[in-house]
Amino acid sequence: MLEVEGLAVGYGDLLAIQEVSFNVQKGEVVSLIGSNGAGKSTLLRTISGLLRPRRGTIRFEGEPIHTVAPYDIVRKRISMVPEGRQLFGRLSVWDNLLLGAYGLDNRGEIDTALDDVVKLFPWLPERRNQRAETLSGGEQQQVAIARGLMSRPSLLMLDEPSLGIMPKLVTEMFETIDAIRKKGMTVLLVEQNVFEALSISDRAYVLQTGRIVLQGKGEELLQSDLVRQAYLGM
Amino acid sequence: MADQLLQQVVNSLLIGSVYALVAIGLTLIWGVMNVLNFAHGDFLMIGMFISFWCYTLLKMDPLFSIPVCAAALFLLGAGIYRFIISKVMKGPGLAQLVVTFGVSIFLANLAVMLWTPDFRLIEKPLLSGTWSLGSVQLSIPKFVASVGSVVVSAAVLLFLKKTRTGKAILAVEMNRDAAQLMGINTEKINSLSFGLGSALVGIAGAFLSMYYYIYPQVGGLFGLISFCIVALGGFGSIEGAFIAGILIGLVQTLGGYFFDPAYKYALVFLVYLITVWIRPQGLMGS
Ligand SMILES: Nc1ncnc2c1ncn2[C@@H]1O[C@H](COP(=O)(O)OP(=O)(O)O)[C@@H](O)[C@H]1O
Ligand SMILES: [Mg+2]
Repeated sequence: MLEVEGLAVGYGDLLAIQEVSFNVQKGEVVSLIGSNGAGKSTLLRTISGLLRPRRGTIRFEGEPIHTVAPYDIVRKRISMVPEGRQLFGRLSVWDNLLLGAYGLDNRGEIDTALDDVVKLFPWLPERRNQRAETLSGGEQQQVAIARGLMSRPSLLMLDEPSLGIMPKLVTEMFETIDAIRKKGMTVLLVEQNVFEALSISDRAYVLQTGRIVLQGKGEELLQSDLVRQAYLGM
Repeated sequence: MADQLLQQVVNSLLIGSVYALVAIGLTLIWGVMNVLNFAHGDFLMIGMFISFWCYTLLKMDPLFSIPVCAAALFLLGAGIYRFIISKVMKGPGLAQLVVTFGVSIFLANLAVMLWTPDFRLIEKPLLSGTWSLGSVQLSIPKFVASVGSVVVSAAVLLFLKKTRTGKAILAVEMNRDAAQLMGINTEKINSLSFGLGSALVGIAGAFLSMYYYIYPQVGGLFGLISFCIVALGGFGSIEGAFIAGILIGLVQTLGGYFFDPAYKYALVFLVYLITVWIRPQGLMGS
């Protein structure tokens, strides 16, 4: 479904991503793990069109997309929930959701998308008029995920969804991701909560200073020495 | 004494609301793309001249030139964005400043060349005369310009808060990257916002042409005042610009009344300086 090949992305003189190749198959949950500054966000931002690669290709459903503008990428059914949520703080919860469906032009499809996200987060309609910035961190993250789903993506990319939310809600967050994948969604997940991420992933890639150093099945990586030492502190 | 004071307050509101409309156009452009349009005052001048020539050549009253000015300035603003400013958007902020400054000088000089530096006035507008409300004299054209400015400002706010496109503009203003991820074409929103902000100053130009002198340099003072209003209200805040516009109207008129009219603009800038010193983000800025 998604194929990244020989990708290099930089900021000025700095190459944040070097020679990265990986793929995501339809229906999979694939995790990208790695410590702070490894280049995970850079990679997701490049796939979503916000950054342009220096080298390499990104294909989605066989079609090259690395020169497509971000506002057209989402119309190809790739949606990203960015790191730090990035909600439209002074707009209402509902307006945030509707903006998520900005690329859809069929009223019926927007209604279906709303139904789907309300099933996932039943509290949304009661708080529809609340300004997004007044929600708690966990609630904001749920709105961010709901907003990302409003474009009815076939590939959902999540950048550190557990960042900045209360520890006891982190488990709930991973249950949500699991619920989304059970509906047939393909998910590319970036996480620093390595144990939880690997537990719900089919496959994972480990990123270190812009390169993929390890890849494998979720449970395999959980057993690997590198992951156990570097990320699980075992 | 009390009567005179009341008269001054009324005068403040009459000019303050027009200032507010001019400043809302400027703050909208700033909010969406962080470009300070130094040519904003000159856009006002162009609007006033369009109204003047509609009156002189086509016998069209300024009241009926309002949509003409709005449409012409929309096209001018969107065009200047698309063909000039968008080209330097990726460069340093200074480049954008220099470009809009250049447009400002160009338009003012073009106006002198085409229309001479003379002061002109629309001699017999449809609306003229004054109403006497007790001791207060209310100039009819100023009153209509003021009410019109409030109505147009409210309409803009309603458009931004209630329509799909308006919300997309607000989304770009709040978070450009996130807006793109939603599928909002930010280039289109930039053009649209530049056009809309310019249309608002065009409408203000049509209103002002009903009672104000029209000359190529008229934009300079209005431009400067609208910068103060935008900074005072908080860069990008529409509500802030409206309140600050009224406030500046009060300072200017009451200052001229209590001190010397010669100092009225100095007072405006003084109030601006004090406010940004105490509260650099402006009244409604975050
Ligand atoms: N806007 C930016 N400008 C310059 N360097 C950046 C920028 N964003 C990230 N970087 C650098 O790129 C590298 C990768 O960052 P990032 O992709 O955010 O890592 P991660 O998401 O894995 O924490 C880091 O060295 C970081 O400092
Ligand atoms: Mg990151």
